[in-house]
Amino acid sequence: MPVDTQSPILRVTGLNKSYGDRAALIDASFELWSGEVLAIVGESGSGKTTLLNALAARDKPDSGSVEFQLREGGLTDIFKMTEAQRRLLARTDWGFVHQNSADGLRMEVSAGANVGERLMALGQRHYGQLRATACDWLARVEIDPARVDDLPRHFSGGMRQRLQIARNLVTQPRLVFMDEPTSGLDVSVQAKLLDLLRQLTQRLGLASIIVTHDLAVARLLAHRMIVMRRGQIVETGLTDQVLDDPQHPYTQLLVSSVLQP
Amino acid sequence: MITPVLRLTKVSKQFTLHHQNGLALPVLNDVNFEVSAGECVVLDGASGMGKSTLLKLIYANYRVSTGSIQHIDKDGESLELTTATARELIAVRRQHIGYVSQFLRVIPRISTLDLVAEPLLAELGYDEQAVKQARTLASVWLTRLRIPERLWGLAPATFSGGEQQRVNIARSMIKPRSLLLLDEPTASLDPQNTQTVVALIHEAITAGAAAVGIFHDQAVGNQLATRRIDMANFRSITCAAQ
Amino acid sequence: MLKTNNTSEKTTETITSHENQAVDQHFNFAYLDERTKRMIRRAILKAVAIPGYQVPFGSREMPLPYGWGTGGIQVTASVIGPRDVLKVIDQGSDDTVNAVNIRRFFQRTTNVEITTQTQAATLIQTRHRIPEMTLTEDQIIIYQVPVPEPMQRLEPRERETRSLHGLAEYGLMHVKLYEDIARYGHIATTYDYPVLVNNRYVMAPSPIPKFDNPKMHMNPALQLFGAGREKRIYAVPPYTSVESLGFEDYPFEIQRWDAPCELCGSRDSFLDEVITDDQGGRIFVCSDSDYCETEQSKLGPSVVAPALSIAKDD
Repeated sequence: MPVDTQSPILRVTGLNKSYGDRAALIDASFELWSGEVLAIVGESGSGKTTLLNALAARDKPDSGSVEFQLREGGLTDIFKMTEAQRRLLARTDWGFVHQNSADGLRMEVSAGANVGERLMALGQRHYGQLRATACDWLARVEIDPARVDDLPRHFSGGMRQRLQIARNLVTQPRLVFMDEPTSGLDVSVQAKLLDLLRQLTQRLGLASIIVTHDLAVARLLAHRMIVMRRGQIVETGLTDQVLDDPQHPYTQLLVSSVLQP
Repeated sequence: MITPVLRLTKVSKQFTLHHQNGLALPVLNDVNFEVSAGECVVLDGASGMGKSTLLKLIYANYRVSTGSIQHIDKDGESLELTTATARELIAVRRQHIGYVSQFLRVIPRISTLDLVAEPLLAELGYDEQAVKQARTLASVWLTRLRIPERLWGLAPATFSGGEQQRVNIARSMIKPRSLLLLDEPTASLDPQNTQTVVALIHEAITAGAAAVGIFHDQAVGNQLATRRIDMANFRSITCAAQ
Repeated sequence: MLKTNNTSEKTTETITSHENQAVDQHFNFAYLDERTKRMIRRAILKAVAIPGYQVPFGSREMPLPYGWGTGGIQVTASVIGPRDVLKVIDQGSDDTVNAVNIRRFFQRTTNVEITTQTQAATLIQTRHRIPEMTLTEDQIIIYQVPVPEPMQRLEPRERETRSLHGLAEYGLMHVKLYEDIARYGHIATTYDYPVLVNNRYVMAPSPIPKFDNPKMHMNPALQLFGAGREKRIYAVPPYTSVESLGFEDYPFEIQRWDAPCELCGSRDSFLDEVITDDQGGRIFVCSDSDYCETEQSKLGPSVVAPALSIAKDD
C-alpha cells in the first residue's frame, strides 16, 4: 500500500473552459490522493471529457489551476510548467489510456516497440533488456509474450486496449487517466479488462481518473465518483454512496435509468 | 472498562425522491446511542423501520440528513464519519469498520479463494509470500464455513445463495476490525451454517470487536445480543402510517 | 541545357565535361544573385552555430529539377569563390551524369578550376559518398540531401518532428532501430544511417553508406548539407562529435567485404560490385574513383587488371 503523504497527488481548483458562448466546464474543483481511483461520470455533453483533457494538460482551461505533485518539488501548477516539462511528465509519471486504442498506440510498430518506446525515450539502450521488459509487461496484461513482435493491427480490440495499458504502465506512472477504456468492447472482453485495471491499480497503488458513462464500471473500479452535468460537478462522494444514496436530482435520474440485467 | 467504539448523536435520515415531485420519505429521527468494544447491539423492529438504513448510515453508504456519527479507535482518536473526506472513510472502512451483508457483490473472474483473501492483501501487499499467507488463512475460513474445496478456484457467480452468503461472510470477517455491522448475515443459511456464523461473530466480539446487527431470526439475535435497541424509538414523527 | 537566342554569343550546346568554359555572361557569378547568396550564407551560419539542426531557407528555382542536387548546388553556389578548386562526385565517381552536369554548371557560371583529385580540391560537392582520403581544415564538403528529416518515415508531421527535435525527444528513432532488430535480427539501415551530432541533434547524414558515417566524426573539414526540395540546410562544423545511433548490445557496425578492390587492392575503402559478364561474374572495385586511381599509381604502371575494359558507370 502506498504511504499516505501529506498532500494530494492532484489538486484541481476552479477550472473553467468555454468554447465560444458555450460553457463546457464550470468551476470544477477536487483533490485526488495517491492510490485513489476517481470516476467521472456523466452523459454526453456533461463536460467530463473537457475536464479530463484539462487535467491531462491536453487542453488549457480558461481559468483555474491543476496542480500535480512532482516526485521532487511538491504540488506544481501544470500549466505554469514548460512544454518540455509537461511532455516529460506525460511520458513518465502520467499515463493516458484512450478510448480508441489506435490513438494511444503506434499501430505500425511491434507490440514490443510500443511497450518499450517510453523506456527508449528515457535513454534505455539495451535491446535485450527492452525486449525482456516488454515481454514481462505483455504477460502482466495477459497478452501472450510470444506476440511481442506482432503489430497491433493484428490484435483484437481487447488486446489493443491491454497493450495500451502496458505501454502506459511501463514507466510506473503515479497517475493514470482513462477515457472510456472499455467502450466498444464485448462484454466478456470488458470484464477481463476491468479486472486487469482493478488489479493493477490496486497492486501498483496508482491514482487513477476514469471517465465513463457506465455506472457499473465506476462501481467496480472507483473509490470515489464525480457526477457531471452541463459542465458542472453536481455530486461527489464515495462511489457506493453516490450510487446507493444519490442526493442530487440528476444523479437520482442517472442511477434509476440504468438497466439491471 | 467501557471503551466506546461508535457514537450516534441526533442522527436523522430523510430520503427525497426528486423524480416523484420531491417526495420526502422520513425514515429515522433523533437516533442516539453508543456501542462499546465487546458489545453486540441488536436492532429490533418490523421491516421498513430503517434498521438496514441505520447500518448503512454508520458505514457511510448513506448520508445522514442531520446528526453526528463518530468512530473511536483503540487510542481514543475519533473520526466524525458524516463530514469525513472520502480518503478518511476509505481508510476507516479498510481498517476498522466491516459490513457484513446478505448480498455478495460478485467481481467477475476472481476465484473464491482470492476474493476472501483480498482484504488481507490490500494490507500486506501482493508479493508471493503475502499472497500465500493470505490464501492459507482464506482457506481456513472457507473450510470452517463449509465451502467445499472444489469450489475455491471458481468465481462465486454460479454458487447458491447460501454459498455466496458464506463467502461474503468470510470476506467481510477475515480481517479483524473493531466495528462490525451485520445486516442479516444468516438470512439464507441452514441451521448448521447459521450456528457456525454465530460462533464466528461471537469470537470476534469476545476478541474485542463491537457489533451492531440485524437478525431476522429472533433466536439468533438472542444468542448474540448483549443489548437490544427498539427501532420504534427512532421513528420519524411525521410518518405515522407505517 | 541553357539555350540562347542571341547568335552572336559564344555559348555552344554541346559541351564536354573536361573542356574549360567561357563564363556565361548572362548570369551572376555562380548563377544566384548576391541577395540570395547572402540569405543562404545566413542560413549556413545558423546551421554551423547549431550543429545538426535543420535550418529552413528560401530554396530558389534552379536549372535542374528537384531530386538532382539543387540543395547542394545552392550551398556550393553560395560559398564558392573565384579561387576555389571544385570537385564534384556522384556515388564516388567524377564521371557520372550527375557529377558531369553539376560540374559543367559551375564551370559555366564561375569558371573556377575543377579537379578530380580530392586532395587538390577546396570544395567538394558530393552525392551519396564521402571521399576515402582524409579531408583537411582548408576544405568544405557539401552533401546533396533528399530527405533532411531523419524521423520522416515514422512521424510525417513536420510540426511534431520540430517539437521532438526541440525537446530532444528521440525515443522514436530508437523505436525504428528496435523494430529492425526485431524484424531482421540486426539493424537493417545501411545508408542514411541516423547520427547524433554534438550530443544534441539527431541528423540524417544523406544517403551515404553507413560505411562513411565514421568519417563525419571529428572531421577537420566543414561539412554542409543542402536539401533543395525540402528547403533545409544543416551543418557539422569541423571537429564535431558525430555518433551513429545503436543499442548497447547491437552497436553500430560498418560494412565489410571479403575481397579487396580488384584494381588497387585496397581493403579499406567502400567497394562497388560490378557485373562483368552474362554468367554473373563480378568483381569489386572502389567506389571512390580518385582514391582508386591514386592507389593504383602507388602500385606502379603494370597492375591494372586487363579484364576491366568496361568502365564503371557509363
